[in-house]
Amino acid sequence: MEMIEHAIRENSLVGAFAFVGLIMWISVHLSRKLTFGRVHGSAIAIVIGLALAYWGGIQTGGSKGLADLKLFAGIGLMGGAMMRDFAIVATAFEVQVDEAKKAGLVGVMALLLGTIIPFIVGASVAWSMGYTDAVAMTTIGAGAVTYIVGPVTGAAIGASSDLMALAIATGLIKAIMVMVFTPVAARFMGLDNPRSAMVFGGLAGTVSGVSAGLAATDRRLVPYGALVATFHTGLGCLMGPSVLFLATKAIVG
Amino acid sequence: MIIYGTAILAACHLLGVYIGDLLGSLIGVKANVGGVGIAMMLLISARVYLHKRGLMPDTTEAGVGFWAAMYIPVVVAMAAQQNVVAALKGGPVALISAIGAVLLCACTIALINRTGPKRQDSAWQTGTVAEES
Repeated sequence: MEMIEHAIRENSLVGAFAFVGLIMWISVHLSRKLTFGRVHGSAIAIVIGLALAYWGGIQTGGSKGLADLKLFAGIGLMGGAMMRDFAIVATAFEVQVDEAKKAGLVGVMALLLGTIIPFIVGASVAWSMGYTDAVAMTTIGAGAVTYIVGPVTGAAIGASSDLMALAIATGLIKAIMVMVFTPVAARFMGLDNPRSAMVFGGLAGTVSGVSAGLAATDRRLVPYGALVATFHTGLGCLMGPSVLFLATKAIVG
Repeated sequence: MIIYGTAILAACHLLGVYIGDLLGSLIGVKANVGGVGIAMMLLISARVYLHKRGLMPDTTEAGVGFWAAMYIPVVVAMAAQQNVVAALKGGPVALISAIGAVLLCACTIALINRTGPKRQDSAWQTGTVAEES
């Protein structure tokens, strides 16, 4: 047993491939046997991943879920930003250029709305819960855009680290909700063609939420959503500390 | 050779991220602005260009296709390393803001998609690695 552990630790990325393969295998079978294919295998796999991340976080007290356990360090590499972005870029190979071009403008509109709507919601909730100064409202509002925009904005306008932690938590909950509920709400949102996937990518925000949500809904829609969603964080970091902060300040003083 | 495909993919990725960083510093943002999206557009143009000149044999495509197919497993690994504990500890402000934002965005998505043009075009469904249902 100890030797197996040693082998996995020495070859952490290979171990992660085997482990994720196992999760996928279990998920596909659960999907077929338990839900008769109604719930996508990848959706189940993502929920299992999140549950394992919770368990790992409780076990180690770290911030990287399952990847903080030494045995599963490879998960950190396999699911890290580098591999995630590499795989996302690779999916662009399947994009039908005409489809993407047709939806370009609506994608940009969705991006703008996807920054402003969550910001207003976040800032209003913060205000109603007693965070009435412009810095706190802006930081929490930015956190509702994505969990990267929150701390970046907070740092730029001089928010305390508590506020930034709150903003990160807000963004994380949003990302996790998008991952889990996208397949459930796919029909309601009309998510069944490239144009709708681009609208979704702009409005739902967070690359992780969008990419996992679309993967669990229809793998073929992933590149269209991701193409738009990758501009989300950049736009949020641009607007958060500038336009949105100034607007908030103008309103609450 | 299969590595040609992977190398083209890697080159587009790096160039895209570089341009994204450059854009970020140009407009004074401490973040990468759309690097991955730019990389995707570079890869799309590279594919179209090489296809037209007949420089894209199947093996080269397989070098990209493999990584595209690895996408879902990578996302599962990503899910397994989210800071779920911190997210759940955020308290009511974080929870209510997140739920509110997601609900309102979902309704906006539904609104835009339902008012959009109806199309029966289904060319997008025949992707290169999409067959694995």
